[in-house]
Amino acid sequence: MLKWMYPFMEENVSDSPKPAPATPLNPRRRGIILGASDGLGAELARQLAREGYTLALLARRREKLEAVCTAINSTLAEARAFAYVHDISEYDEVPDLLRKIVADLGGLDLVVFVAGVNSPPGGIDKYNFENDRKMVEVNLIGAMAWLTPIAEMFQSAKAGQIVGISSVAGDRGRVGNPGYNTSKAGLTTYLEALRNRLTRHGVNVLTVKPGFLKTEMLKAAQGATPFAIEPEKAAEDILRAMKKRKQQIYTASIWRWIMLAIQHTPSFIFRRLTF
Amino acid sequence: MTSLQFPVSILMSLPLNTFTQLDNFGHSLKAPSYVIRVKQPDDIYEAFQLAKGLGLTVAARGTGISYNDVSLNGGGILLDMTGMDQILEWDPVTGFVRCEAGVTLRQLWQKVEPDGWWPPVVSGTMKTTLGGCLSANIHGKNNFQVGTIGEQVLEFTAMLPTGALVTCSPDKNGDLFHAMISGLGMLGVFTSITLKMKRIHSGLISVDAWPVPNLNRHLGALLEHAPHYDYIVGWLDTLAHGENLGRGQIHAANNLKEGEDPNAHETMKLSYQHLPDRLFGVMPKSLLHYFMNPFMNDLGTWGINTAKYIASLRKHTFRESHAEFHFLLDYVPDWERSFGRGGLIQYQSFLPKETAEAAWREMIELSHRRRLPSYLGVTKRHRPDQFLLTHAVDGFSLAMDFKVTDSRRAKLSSLLQEFDKIVLDAGGRFYFAKNSETSAESTRRFLGDEAIKKFKKLKKRCDPNGLLESDLYRRIFK
Repeated sequence: MLKWMYPFMEENVSDSPKPAPATPLNPRRRGIILGASDGLGAELARQLAREGYTLALLARRREKLEAVCTAINSTLAEARAFAYVHDISEYDEVPDLLRKIVADLGGLDLVVFVAGVNSPPGGIDKYNFENDRKMVEVNLIGAMAWLTPIAEMFQSAKAGQIVGISSVAGDRGRVGNPGYNTSKAGLTTYLEALRNRLTRHGVNVLTVKPGFLKTEMLKAAQGATPFAIEPEKAAEDILRAMKKRKQQIYTASIWRWIMLAIQHTPSFIFRRLTF
Repeated sequence: MTSLQFPVSILMSLPLNTFTQLDNFGHSLKAPSYVIRVKQPDDIYEAFQLAKGLGLTVAARGTGISYNDVSLNGGGILLDMTGMDQILEWDPVTGFVRCEAGVTLRQLWQKVEPDGWWPPVVSGTMKTTLGGCLSANIHGKNNFQVGTIGEQVLEFTAMLPTGALVTCSPDKNGDLFHAMISGLGMLGVFTSITLKMKRIHSGLISVDAWPVPNLNRHLGALLEHAPHYDYIVGWLDTLAHGENLGRGQIHAANNLKEGEDPNAHETMKLSYQHLPDRLFGVMPKSLLHYFMNPFMNDLGTWGINTAKYIASLRKHTFRESHAEFHFLLDYVPDWERSFGRGGLIQYQSFLPKETAEAAWREMIELSHRRRLPSYLGVTKRHRPDQFLLTHAVDGFSLAMDFKVTDSRRAKLSSLLQEFDKIVLDAGGRFYFAKNSETSAESTRRFLGDEAIKKFKKLKKRCDPNGLLESDLYRRIFK
């Protein structure tokens, strides 16, 4: 009868079994990972599930997502990863889907926003609005669409942890990929603002700034990719920072010093560089 | 991109800032829910409509002091019933009282006591709401004499998820009456409840206290002395072992008859029933749980229990106020916080009088062998009742409190699974206001397929869309 009201639920969600309810002797930490079908997102899912988290994994491509869930659950005594197919730029689906996930999981303690696209314009003298727009839509507005209602819920519950995967690329506007720099700079600032709002309510917001990761996205990068690390290593860094309830980390950590130098490079030099 | 298709009114009526982190009485389980405060039956119906529209489930919560997950609904809607707290009618001549479901036992006894009445069945704390008391079908220390609270209910009204406001009594809608009381709030939400109070002739109650040296004598005392008293309860030293296993102290009490209290006029005053808020007249009791915390370990509890048992060796009789006798759990405010960050759980088993001794001996010994002793044991005498999801037996109950810590969880979990097996094999039952780990399989074993089938049939009738669900319901029935 009310199907017209929530068209999303019936069609796009694979009807995965729900986790068993938590009990005092079997407590459950629940998390959402946005962008979990490969790379860092999938690796974070693997490690968090191993740590005991029950997870809703979101991504656009159903097969890849379900494969990640199956791979995780096959290594555990109980199913802890559940697939929800979702396109991050479909903002209007967020309220319904979020409510459904929180109900399915029986609560929410952690949200990790990993989703991101990187579509460079194809050269330092090329311009491509469509690519720029897509990057801002996924990397920034997608994060805002999800983290806005989540921030409100966490603030109200006075508990929770938000992890946003931004990038070293957001620390400076460079010649190679203005749209990507902008989307990540926006995300970093947005996460900082959330942190300033939420810390006083007992909610931790962690901004992660990875350098190069050996994932699909690395192929989009032009030129040299120094200090590239495996996503396993990055995920370990992130989990460690989460436990310590840190506010910001670079991974690999050397990027902290590199970016310090880059951030302090004077413009009259920086605008002459070609990276 | 599709535009938002929700009617604005529905989106507006479940603001995200209603999302609230809630826990159980023992602070050992947390679950967040969208909390809607209801003031009248119509609000409950609106919440059902809202839940249906949003694809969410609903559970009702009173003061939220159940030991387990009966008033938690993680990720769903929780109705905060404490806004429905009016005592609608009170007749000091007949002792009939009609209350909204969110009225607490504290409100109730404070209303009726000065007129010479007392609630016929009360829990160990006065913070419980009547709606919650009926949902769990609570018992008191007088269970063997008067039965559960359900047996004191003359009539109630409840809002069903279908929108029907039903009135039930033992004669009218009898099947629903006997299923909704004990029904864990899963068939409908109580809106008003009519009870008959019990006459008292004094603000005091006469208590006999005596020690019992072992489990056999402990249960024997409960069995033998119960018929001569209105109330009986035992404290069991869960750390005593060997031939002392099961030792403890019995408290048995009788209401005073007319004329037995020369100062009845004075003692019936509300001010006389006041629980002191300072210990020895100096220390605020609200701070006491901080001082108890260092003793909440195996050694500290052993010391306290031993001292308590030695102190109890003197058999004595005394009079105390009704509030002091009944509401022991309120004597130290927030005492459950003394168990520390992981909180506590309670495991209560109900066993037939024939099998109780052997089963509990086995369980207590097992807890010692596993080095997971319970820190508090309480025994009571029970009789069976007619309610559908009943926990009572002709026998005894033993409630054991266990401290929860990160390192003990897994071990405690397997201990309780073995407890469940011992209890079920001995023909025992469990109580849904207490045990937090009972599985669907254990539930099926003690309730029986017949009762569960009957309950599910009623559930289908009252709640065809399955809107009422709690974490407890999902744990034991799904």
